[in-house]
Amino acid sequence: MDTTSTTVLVAKGLTKVYRMGEVDVHALRGVDFTLHQGELLVLLGASGSGKSTLLNILGGLDVPSSGTVHYLGQALHSASQSELTRYRRDNVGFVFQFYNLIPSLTAYENVALVTEIATDPVAPDEALALVGLGERLHHFPAQLSGGEQQRVAIARAVAKNPRVLLCDEPTGALDYQTGVQVLEVIDRINRELGTTTAVITHNAPVAKVADRVVTLADGQVHRDERNMTRIRPSEIRW
Amino acid sequence: MLISALDRKLLRDLSHLRGQVITIALVVACGIASYVTMKSAFQSLVYSQSTYYERYRFADVFASLEQAPAAVAERLTAIDGVREVDTRVVQRVMVPVEGLTRPAVGTVVSLPRHGSRGLNAVHLTRGRLPDPTRSDEALVLDAFAEAHGLSPGDRVAVVMNGALRQLRITGFGMSPEYVFTMPPGAMSHDPKLIAVLWMGRDAVAAAHQMEGAFNDVALTLEPGASQADVLGALDRVLAPYGAFGAVPRAKQPSHYMLSSELSQLESMAGFVPVLFLFVAAFLLNVVLSRLVYLQRSQIATLKAVGYADRDVGLHYLKLVSLVVLLGAVVGVAAGAWLGRAMTELYTGQYFRFPTADYRLTADVVVISVSISLAAAVVGALAAVRQVVSLPPAEAMRPPSPVVYRRSVLELLGLSRLLGPSARMVVRELERRPLRLALSSIGISLSVGIVVIAGYWSDAIDYMLDVQFHRSMREDVTVTFVKPLSARAARELQSMPGVWRAEGISAVAVRYRAGHRQRDSALMGYPRDLELRHLLDSTGERVTLPPTGVVLTRKLAEVLEVRVGDSVEIELREGSRRTTSATISGLVDEPFGMQGHVDEETFARLIGQSPTINTALLRVDRAERAQIFERLKRLPWVAAVSYPGEFREQFEGQSGSIMRVYTLILTLFASIIAIGVVYNNARIALSQRSRDLASLRVLGFTRGEIAAILFGELSAQVVLALPLGLWVGHLLVQALGATVDPETYRLPVFVSLRTFAFAIAVTVVSAVISFFLVRRKLDQLDLIGVLKTRE
Repeated sequence: MDTTSTTVLVAKGLTKVYRMGEVDVHALRGVDFTLHQGELLVLLGASGSGKSTLLNILGGLDVPSSGTVHYLGQALHSASQSELTRYRRDNVGFVFQFYNLIPSLTAYENVALVTEIATDPVAPDEALALVGLGERLHHFPAQLSGGEQQRVAIARAVAKNPRVLLCDEPTGALDYQTGVQVLEVIDRINRELGTTTAVITHNAPVAKVADRVVTLADGQVHRDERNMTRIRPSEIRW
Repeated sequence: MLISALDRKLLRDLSHLRGQVITIALVVACGIASYVTMKSAFQSLVYSQSTYYERYRFADVFASLEQAPAAVAERLTAIDGVREVDTRVVQRVMVPVEGLTRPAVGTVVSLPRHGSRGLNAVHLTRGRLPDPTRSDEALVLDAFAEAHGLSPGDRVAVVMNGALRQLRITGFGMSPEYVFTMPPGAMSHDPKLIAVLWMGRDAVAAAHQMEGAFNDVALTLEPGASQADVLGALDRVLAPYGAFGAVPRAKQPSHYMLSSELSQLESMAGFVPVLFLFVAAFLLNVVLSRLVYLQRSQIATLKAVGYADRDVGLHYLKLVSLVVLLGAVVGVAAGAWLGRAMTELYTGQYFRFPTADYRLTADVVVISVSISLAAAVVGALAAVRQVVSLPPAEAMRPPSPVVYRRSVLELLGLSRLLGPSARMVVRELERRPLRLALSSIGISLSVGIVVIAGYWSDAIDYMLDVQFHRSMREDVTVTFVKPLSARAARELQSMPGVWRAEGISAVAVRYRAGHRQRDSALMGYPRDLELRHLLDSTGERVTLPPTGVVLTRKLAEVLEVRVGDSVEIELREGSRRTTSATISGLVDEPFGMQGHVDEETFARLIGQSPTINTALLRVDRAERAQIFERLKRLPWVAAVSYPGEFREQFEGQSGSIMRVYTLILTLFASIIAIGVVYNNARIALSQRSRDLASLRVLGFTRGEIAAILFGELSAQVVLALPLGLWVGHLLVQALGATVDPETYRLPVFVSLRTFAFAIAVTVVSAVISFFLVRRKLDQLDLIGVLKTRE
């Protein structure tokens, strides 16, 4: 795979300061970052290293305090709320640690929630089949296991045919076995659909499935290295 | 797909939240229903009244006099501004009816000649009009006929001009002049005791030696004519003929009673239901905004996957609108049903209209539904805005932990008294004073409306107690056909079984102080008055001083005079002389505005020895029946009533309507209170379920976590109760300001019973809510709650 081709996301000098109660928290302190077309990138870091903040800004869920971020040349740091909404709607698929499914909607309907507003979606049942849930279309989140819920969340993210798939600790709430299954789904989507993917984890062995690994520590990029031996999720152990 | 995923979420949320949806919808329904019930009943009565008046040509001005030749009528027609004149012969008669211990008071009214309808036309409800050539036929007021079970063809005995006659009833009728009938001297409306008989003009005139003459005038005015000018001109023309002073429609007895009843109904239909509507709207706003805010994380997810703020806002708008519309449908239907029932209750028991048209106008529905909808929309949008203003990444995280401090109790060194659970409760309450305040205000408003709903009963009881236990102390009230000399009282006193008789004089006067004036009555009492007590605001008796006049406090306020000031008193009958008197005291009376003087002052003011209109008797109860028989036979007695029985009669009529009104409002207020307390508890459960589940995981028992949640809720209720009683008291005061104080004054008095009921409704709904929430709490999914963020 030619990972040097198109750069999908470019961030320069990103900082982010939160006010949490009575203290300022510097989540990002000058981060430069790129995400290339078709690659599977793993963002590693301890909790509090700023990786979720970075991912949220890349996905248009949050805006930086300073610095710039561009998606295929479009400035996201200065985009309006409605531009960010459109960006998320058309280009980004999200997978969250806690799935964030709508509890009152079935698996199928949770996916349909997105396909109904997307411009070029795949059918919800197809997306669910892709994550191996073709049989559980009409179950509510409460009737699904954690791994199944996360796979619904992935189906929901990819059903819109996003250019970028952003996953925040997708295995964080799951046991090993289930976590591997979820990673396999993400890996397959990246390989088969060519969706540019960024996965956050604090779990170092997971990095072996990536094309590139960026390590964050204390709000800064600590390491950025290419993984020459990308392996299948089923081969990893932790 | 026919229905979008977002709409599916909407329907599922509604179904999932059905307990809350139903109770919130009921709050809306109660607010709307109380408004629709009262407003539509009031509008229907006003509409029925005005169409009745219009269709049956109710006169604008009335005048009665001793006797004037028929030719004078032309001079009346010539008065500038007069459109149409109707002269009549109207006579007071007695109608002794079989089975009635006291004779009914009757009025014979001449029907117009030549078949013209005239003014104050009669609506024939049964039978036919009397033959104008026959002197033994009469049309009878239908309320009277019905009350006695009479039928056309029956005979009725009437004492006309001292002679007993048997009249044949040709039919029943009603007229705008006698919508509301009340015997003179009576305090209540009793259709049994007041008869109106319409007869041919010649027959009435012949019976009273009034051939070629009239003693009563009704007229209508040209549009834009000055009523005052016409009244003045009328008085001038009629003065030589013993005129008693022309009165505008506003003072015509039936109309006056009807409009004061309607204005009372208006104050009930205006202030209280509007209050209910706004209280319901406020509660709706608070509850829905919290309900929406609980979906904070779902809102963030919708935004994260690409839904725009507008889509999210619209989604929640649909949610709350459906809840409101559900409530609106129930509320409008219930309101229309109850409004019709109330209209029928009024027109069936109380006012007599030829047609009682129930009308529910669109504006009543639109206003009540819009206010509810607006409150819901504002509440929901405020909550949605609060969430969408955050970046989705932040909104998806649980709100950052709030800063807790040691509570005031702890700072006071009382922490030893508090266990960890109690400490959590206290800190939580102190940490969120706004939430505590809003919840408590919400509950206190619902307590307040329960208080004001029960207030009407209290006000009636209070006024009845003041009037009939403390003020009117006689056993029997006797009203005379015409003013008599003081000898009449002595004659009554000498009757066997009568222990004491006191005569009361009354004369129509105009009070004047500077440029301010009021037409009212002057009452004269014997020096050793015992059977009537004048009371001040504390219920203490005010004794009449030997000189000077005691005024109703409101009259003094209107005239802007104080004790010690002088007031001019102009007689409006007889000599029409003007004198003045010093104000020697003030009394507080719930109804009307009068001046009270002792008999000597009365004689001095009117310039002649006083005549009496009413006698108060204290009698031997054992002989009451015989005394009635004797009173009935006295030709100069117009009416006999027992104040002691008034209460019972009142309860049966006006009182029963008031009780129905109180019952309806109390029911609505109670449902609102239950809805608010329950929703507060449910929302608190949702807000705290994560914390409570964590405690369960740490080893707290179900009872212990329930105690924490209920501790918080109890604090809200405990705080709300005194606040609510105070709110209720304020609302009662505000309500008092909405009635016309010159007609009657509502006492600012709420009984302990009403306060206790309001507390009981709130506490019981709190206990029931706790019980329902406790069941939910027991089913708390410990792992599920901890695993996810919601």
